[in-house]
Amino acid sequence: MSAPLLQVRNLTKRFGGLTAVDGLSFDVRKGTIHGLIGPNGAGKTTTFNMISGFYKPTEGDIVLREESISGLMMHEVAHRGVVRTFQHSTLFAEMTVLENVVVGTHMEFPPSIWNALTGQDAHDRRGAEAKAHEALEFFGLLAFQHSLAGDLPHGHQRALGMAVALACRPDIMLLDEPFTGMNPEETSRMMELMNKLRSSGLTLLLVEHDMHAIMGLCDNITCMSFGKFLAEGGPQEIRNHPDVIEAYLGGARHVA
Amino acid sequence: MRNFLIWLIVAAGLIALPHTLSFSLQEILVFLVINVLLVVSYRLLTLTGEWSLGHVVIMGVGAYTSALMTKRLGVYVPVSMIMGALMAGFVAFLLSFPLFRMKGFYFLIGSFASAEIIRLLWKRFREPFGGPKGLKRIDSLADINIGPIQVDFFEPVAYYYFALIVVAVCLWILWRIEKSLVGLTFHAVHWQDKLAQASGVDLRRYRTLAFVLASSFAGLSGALLAHYIGTINPNSFDVELMVFVLTWAIVGGTATFYGPILGCVVLTLLNEVVLREMGFQQMRPLIYGAIMIGSILFLPDGLESLVKRAMAAWKRRSTPAAEPGKESA
Ligand SMILES: Nc1ncnc2c1ncn2[C@@H]1O[C@H](COP(=O)(O)OP(=O)(O)O)[C@@H](O)[C@H]1O
Ligand SMILES: [Mg+2]
Repeated sequence: MSAPLLQVRNLTKRFGGLTAVDGLSFDVRKGTIHGLIGPNGAGKTTTFNMISGFYKPTEGDIVLREESISGLMMHEVAHRGVVRTFQHSTLFAEMTVLENVVVGTHMEFPPSIWNALTGQDAHDRRGAEAKAHEALEFFGLLAFQHSLAGDLPHGHQRALGMAVALACRPDIMLLDEPFTGMNPEETSRMMELMNKLRSSGLTLLLVEHDMHAIMGLCDNITCMSFGKFLAEGGPQEIRNHPDVIEAYLGGARHVA
Repeated sequence: MRNFLIWLIVAAGLIALPHTLSFSLQEILVFLVINVLLVVSYRLLTLTGEWSLGHVVIMGVGAYTSALMTKRLGVYVPVSMIMGALMAGFVAFLLSFPLFRMKGFYFLIGSFASAEIIRLLWKRFREPFGGPKGLKRIDSLADINIGPIQVDFFEPVAYYYFALIVVAVCLWILWRIEKSLVGLTFHAVHWQDKLAQASGVDLRRYRTLAFVLASSFAGLSGALLAHYIGTINPNSFDVELMVFVLTWAIVGGTATFYGPILGCVVLTLLNEVVLREMGFQQMRPLIYGAIMIGSILFLPDGLESLVKRAMAAWKRRSTPAAEPGKESA
């Protein structure tokens, strides 16, 4: 097998006395869908926040193609091909759907004041909009391109968040609970799209509660609990892993 | 084609306007044109979400720089104005290092404090800033004497035309920037900085860019002012003027390009024409404050929201009942 695209090494994050992520390690291989699961509060979002550069790790390292990216700012991480979505629909609610995705093309079409004044940016603008159209088309949102993002129904907002990320042309996309707020029909359509993205060579790291989706999509799954690594393996192994079952049952008892 | 006609009429109106006014109103008209540039540049600053209290002092940096350039170095006036704008942008760039470590309320206080420091430097150093008395006898534009064409820029009307052209060009530039991908990125930074940054936007860079650009145009408006009134001092750029700028922006609204212009024009008319005529000279700051509070309470989206509603009503004229009474609470 090829070298992993992304390596998480002994990653740790402390908030004051609370250790949200505790010595977590796992590898993500290129062209796979990798699941990150665990009960609520296990530290999945915190892990995403560290990989994407939103938080600085307290300890540990994140290595992308042999280069350490831990401690970089979020936009620097994005420029290296790691782009994330947010757990709660985080969009430019006051902008149109198209404008949202055009912001996603920022790295491919860097804005320039000089070009804006001389009118030379018309070419870039057309290019950016064409790329945005592609991403919207892929997620079935083209019909809504002129609506305000904030007016979209929840499921479409999740899809728009992914369209923005896709427009960034990432090598690896971090998706935080992308299926939340989608009905079963939307979920299965989205799963199809993710399979398509994988076949196109994109790598996905996926946090999700919907076990049906996780088991149906992932090549590899890392399970964590209370910030710690618990188990790793294919869907079959994870489904039958005694520690995983224990963690979820324990978690469920707390939730109930 | 229709747009072109509308612009033609607006231009004709602006050219004819001073000839219908008294001398003192012509002077106010010059200030109004300069203030429009000031408040529109302020809006550019607010585009990325930060509200500064140092904007008029930055304007003053442009004014002092341009005045000193002409007095000390004999630089020709329009050139000195551009140098004033550049210096204002440069000072803003330096200030951006401490200021953009702060956000929201702290940014507000930090901008106010750094502006006061600059004002103190003007007061403290007689050389070259002239101390509390400031700079006097600042050159205006050189007269133009080419055969039959004779322009004396001490005349408000002549200076008005000059300022009008400069401000029109600046507004065009600011408009182009806002409608470009740069402007879209400014909006993105404002509305959802996390998502913008995750899409590869360098937040710090764009915040600084908006701050420096806005400050340069403010500096240019200061230079326009300095060479018109001929004398400036630290108190020409004090908190009172800052409150005026804030009031124009808030009363007009900052969601649209024209909002702050609307606020500036309407309140200047009210201030200079109505209140002055009615002899409320002393109470004007009080009334201004009342208008600001009233507009925050009763018209939170500014005068621009009235225009938006009027245009919406215009579009669906078929249902005329929809226009009145829809006050936003
Ligand atoms: N910014 C923060 N400050 C303090 N505690 C935090 C912060 N972010 C997350 N936590 C805590 O870290 C733990 C893990 O949270 P999170 O990563 O959101 O879990 P998950 O996404 O797996 O549900 C939780 O106990 C949460 O309260
Ligand atoms: Mg989470």
